[in-house]
Amino acid sequence: MAADVKHDYHLVNPSPWPLVASVAATLMMLGAVVWRYSEIKLFGMSGPWLFIAGLGGVLFSMFGWWRDVVKESLTGENTSTVVRIGLRYGVVLFILSEVMFFVAWFWAFFAAALFPGGGEAILLSDGTPLLNAEGLPATLQNDAKALALNGEWPPRGVEPLNPWQLPLVNTLILLLSGTTVTWAHHALQVGDRSGFKWGMIATVFLGAIFSVFQVVEYYEALAGNMFAFNNGSIYGSSFFMATGFHGFHVFVGTIFLAVCMIRGLRGQFTRQRHFGFESAAWYWHFVDVVWLFLFAAIYVLGNQGLLS
Amino acid sequence: MSSTEREFAHHGAHAEDDHKPKFWVRWFYSTNHKDIGILYLIFAVLAGLVGGAMSGLIRWELMEPGITVLTGFTTGETDMERIESAKNFYNVLITYHGLIMIFFMVMPALIGGFGNFFVPIMIGAPDMAFPRMNNISFWLYGASATLLFLSYIAPGYGSEQGYGGGWVLYPPLSTSVRGPAMDLLIVSLHLAGVSSILGAINFITTIFNMRAPGMTLHKMPLFAWAVLVTAFLLVLSLPVLAGAITMLLTDRMFGTAFFDAARGGDPVLYQHLFWFFGHPEVYILILPAFGIISHIVSTFSKKPVFGYLGMAYAMCAIGFVGFIVWAHHMYTVGLSVDMKAYFVAATMVIAVPTGIKIFSWIATMWGGSIDFKVPMLWAIGFIFLFTVGGVTGVLLANAGIDHYMHDTYYVVAHFHYVLSLGAVFAIFAGWYYWYEKMFGHPYSELLGQIHFWLMFIGVNIIFFPQHFLGLQGMPRRYIDYPVDFAFWNKVSTVGYVIMAVSIVVWLVSIVYAQLVLRRKAARDNPWGEGATTLEWTLPSPPPYHQFNELPKIH
Repeated sequence: MAADVKHDYHLVNPSPWPLVASVAATLMMLGAVVWRYSEIKLFGMSGPWLFIAGLGGVLFSMFGWWRDVVKESLTGENTSTVVRIGLRYGVVLFILSEVMFFVAWFWAFFAAALFPGGGEAILLSDGTPLLNAEGLPATLQNDAKALALNGEWPPRGVEPLNPWQLPLVNTLILLLSGTTVTWAHHALQVGDRSGFKWGMIATVFLGAIFSVFQVVEYYEALAGNMFAFNNGSIYGSSFFMATGFHGFHVFVGTIFLAVCMIRGLRGQFTRQRHFGFESAAWYWHFVDVVWLFLFAAIYVLGNQGLLS
Repeated sequence: MSSTEREFAHHGAHAEDDHKPKFWVRWFYSTNHKDIGILYLIFAVLAGLVGGAMSGLIRWELMEPGITVLTGFTTGETDMERIESAKNFYNVLITYHGLIMIFFMVMPALIGGFGNFFVPIMIGAPDMAFPRMNNISFWLYGASATLLFLSYIAPGYGSEQGYGGGWVLYPPLSTSVRGPAMDLLIVSLHLAGVSSILGAINFITTIFNMRAPGMTLHKMPLFAWAVLVTAFLLVLSLPVLAGAITMLLTDRMFGTAFFDAARGGDPVLYQHLFWFFGHPEVYILILPAFGIISHIVSTFSKKPVFGYLGMAYAMCAIGFVGFIVWAHHMYTVGLSVDMKAYFVAATMVIAVPTGIKIFSWIATMWGGSIDFKVPMLWAIGFIFLFTVGGVTGVLLANAGIDHYMHDTYYVVAHFHYVLSLGAVFAIFAGWYYWYEKMFGHPYSELLGQIHFWLMFIGVNIIFFPQHFLGLQGMPRRYIDYPVDFAFWNKVSTVGYVIMAVSIVVWLVSIVYAQLVLRRKAARDNPWGEGATTLEWTLPSPPPYHQFNELPKIH
């Protein structure tokens, strides 16, 4: 570091990763569209290949970028107090943006589950009800929606999952994993290496089990024709997209925790300084809380017909 | 400097050194907030020229009734085919004009350009909190623009190119139109959203964590306040848009039913999600402009800004209330009367903090020793034109009136007064205000004044008559119109030509400054005692890394 720098901020060296990652992201997104339209050929390629190449590039950039971040932590470039506070702001704000992403999926769910059509009839000036295309009284709420959902949630034709079976087990699994990650954190703070190891192994294991159970549940729902994702009603769409995005976050969080476990076992964390681990734990708690809301809204209230 | 040190600098191993990396590393691998700010400005200028050219085609076509101009840009065999093709081209033009101007011109210029360059300096920081992440925010804009361009040339509606359903991408049109143009548009917006969210996280962290010793939030310059509030709006609103357009994508690709009423979905759900983002978005576009105007008005009146704290908290209030008024864009979708009553009342509340801004700017000028240099002209122009746009906004906030005005040219005039005459005037104000600071040589005062007056006259002739067209009942987004609307349309197009000339003057002024005036020595502070923020304490342009020793604020 040049001698005349008298502050503790992290002046980062030029890095190729932002550019590489952006090029890869372009290819990945373009590839996704090419994949969908079988008639498009780009550079002689069709099918998923461009998407896979782009995805590979994105993953490669993530690996290279975060390897640089870890290196900077080990050489002490990004470990001053003020930089560590900055990283905390960054992760909290990232999680805040994720919360708002889930707001969209909950919005879609509640828009359908709380208002599945029906409601008060529209009265004409002479007091008689306005009739819809089927000769039934039209309502203030979206009429086509009322026809599709029959004014009830879960809509007719849907066989909802029972919240008190696998979903309840999954709730307990995630809550338990929240305690095991705290166990690992405490062990890290007091320098208990084996406690950290087993706490992390338990957390990653519970995360993986949760994902497996979700897959089992999806399989039951789809194979048992309880409700559909493709070309089904709004019920399946909102269910699979909301729980699916949550499941993807569990997957990401599990990898995040696994990486922190490996880093911890390699001795890259100290009792005082282990923000990589802490951010993984924050992320994990966020995923946990999202699940509690999904469980309460979609499974308990929605599936048992308590919303409409 | 010893040879070893030079070698280190050459390898970019010592970014702390004040020696700039070589061209490729400096501009493509950048971790320097000023270089990234300049990249954003170049990007915004190019996007603005493209988007402006599109509006030129739109105005050219609308100069006379009938479909006569855009047919020349199509390749149909018969007149009928050419006309059908021209209609699609027109729809595509208005769609991409809107998207380019909002996402690829105003946002990169105000937040990416001026925000990146000046917020760290104003708060006394050496760089942004996450310099590498700062760079991916920029390059993801490049990725997003690439996909937008591919979308523009990809098949959309039938065999025609591009998506023409308007920048809001409303279903059921956006879910039912086949062809990859719409899908590419969605993924383009995804990447632009990621870019903006990362940028916003960076700004909030920088402003909260890297203010110089002694600079409390209540001493922070108003432009930094503006960018702070804007960044919060971005973090909170953009993920909701990401969710909404993801639903569009899955409705198109996987047959989900989010916006398909026949399967229990609801197209109006999209409008709610979109405008929950879209309304904060208009404040995202205008708040940084407010910040710039505050600095300029204060500088050229040689007075501190009137009611500093009120100005800062007015922006916070606008940001907050901006989240709870979104359905005033949707009065005609069949909202219940109660909901409309709420959204009317909440929307009008925004006039209060906005009024605080306007009157405080006027009070800042009051009794000041005003210097009518080019940036001040733009700032006064902003205050006047933004107020006109704001007043028509209060009118449109009334659901009863909006039932008649919705989707007419009155609305087009309103949002162009606040954006293309508001936000864009602030961009030019900031451009001239900071030109010497950013580029290290002065601009031409004469060309700047000509640019301002031509543009001021031009845009008013474009957009003021559009109020009349709207009141006459001319709907927006139509390629053709009855002859009754011909007069004001012709006037509007004449205005466009004047505005286009002003842009040419501006480009000439850049070339003239870069080629001729660059020999002139730059002053640290060309504006004198009125300019009090930290950027004026540094050389022009500032050193590659400023504030190796942090400034102390008293």
